[in-house]
Amino acid sequence: MTDLRARTDSPEATRALAGALAGVARPGDLVLLVGDLGAGKTTFAQGFAAGLGVGDTVTSPTFTLVRPHPCRHPTIRTLHHADLYRLDHLRDVVELGLGELVEEEAVALVEWGDMAGPVLAPGALRVSLAPGPGGDEERALTVTAEGPAWEDRLGALAGALRPWAGGEG
Amino acid sequence: MTGPVLGIETSCDETAAAVVGEDGAVLSSVVSSQVDLHAAYGGVVPELAGRAHLELLTPVVAEALERAGLAAGGLRAGGTAPVGAVAATVGPGLIGALLVGVAEAKALALAWEVPFVGVNHLEGHCFASLLDHPGIDWPVTVLLVSGGHTLLIAMEGPGRYRLLGQTLDDAAGEAFDKVARFLGLGYPGGPAIEQAASGGDPRAFAFPRALLDDGLDLSFSGLKTSVVTAVRKHPGASNEDVAASFQQAVVDVLVAKTLRAAASGGSRGICLAGGVAANGPLRAAVRAGAEAMGLPAHLPSRAMCTDNAAMVAAAGRWQLEQLGPSPLDLPADPNLGLPLLV
Repeated sequence: MTDLRARTDSPEATRALAGALAGVARPGDLVLLVGDLGAGKTTFAQGFAAGLGVGDTVTSPTFTLVRPHPCRHPTIRTLHHADLYRLDHLRDVVELGLGELVEEEAVALVEWGDMAGPVLAPGALRVSLAPGPGGDEERALTVTAEGPAWEDRLGALAGALRPWAGGEG
Repeated sequence: MTGPVLGIETSCDETAAAVVGEDGAVLSSVVSSQVDLHAAYGGVVPELAGRAHLELLTPVVAEALERAGLAAGGLRAGGTAPVGAVAATVGPGLIGALLVGVAEAKALALAWEVPFVGVNHLEGHCFASLLDHPGIDWPVTVLLVSGGHTLLIAMEGPGRYRLLGQTLDDAAGEAFDKVARFLGLGYPGGPAIEQAASGGDPRAFAFPRALLDDGLDLSFSGLKTSVVTAVRKHPGASNEDVAASFQQAVVDVLVAKTLRAAASGGSRGICLAGGVAANGPLRAAVRAGAEAMGLPAHLPSRAMCTDNAAMVAAAGRWQLEQLGPSPLDLPADPNLGLPLLV
């Protein structure tokens, strides 16, 4: 596993970075968003969705757990935006059938997804967001390719992140 | 159509069934948390899973029929139909949860040979005000605020809705829950924040009022982040002060937007709907604001604010009378939006 690091100085920059990463996504992908309350996960999701051609308003799916968004994209038809914040047990992830979100022609983007990765798919792109040292709006992002499907795309991921590359790593 | 309507609601956490009579009166309304079913199923039931709805729904329906005085033989195929129609929430919500209620309603309708009606959950919330306040003057401005939704609606009558504004990120109820959990105040977050806030100073922290003077859309994500940042910077701050300041910020924005929506649309009343509408300070502020504008405030009882099946039965009754029954192959739709006028 290799970590790529980036830094953004505003929610707009986080959205732009997420949109650039969406350009590397393929059908069947799983992206896990990790970070504390207020770290910018839904902001990231909004930018990622825009990058896949989602036209709907992307709001937090905390209560509905999963919200499918149709995409205007050559190969990806649906973005499944999920949020495991309210689930206390891995058992719930299994019982709710969330593994089915990782499917052909779709990309699954899962907030609070840190614990559930292995249950959902063999590989994932893990995006961790944390407050940066330079003020309330700054965020430090760590992007980790887990599994061969993502490790093969490290070059493309690094290219997408280049405008925001930074931090030690 | 003759006979009462059975309503079923399983779109999110609550398993609920209710019966509304021919005159529109609520004959019974049962929500799973009111019934001591957890013990009967061996302890903790994962509330979020469709399986929990599956286990709870049949006894909840039986309880609703019995409380309405309709039990006798009614749950057997070929028996006398106890109701004139069965309505169920078909969306929006969690697909696995929705499917349980929709399948049950279709099966009962088929067995009893009565119409099935698929109801929109958001429309159901709009009907909740009508249950407590029949004879409303239209149009009214509806603020629908819950864990999953924050919408400002111009309601020109049953089935006639225009969307005025909505949240661009988090729902208001979600912000309550997340801030409550962050402060360690427990779940559900609405009552927990309200209780803590009652002993705090709402001016202790100047939390942001996003988009306050800008249109009718809302945003609560930045407020949540501000609370987290403030607590990290001031580890000694009292939970009561943080809760009170947070709640005040939410109420200020919701009330300002609602009153502006009402003023701009020739509204003849203001309705609250959804779980957050049970919040005391919000109810008081909306009541005061409406009074200052010379408008009536239609605030549903707290039981009709949170998810319930009486609102589904009421919306189902209206829908059946005006639009007819739904086909039995009507699918559940997790993304269903409010049906808007064009």
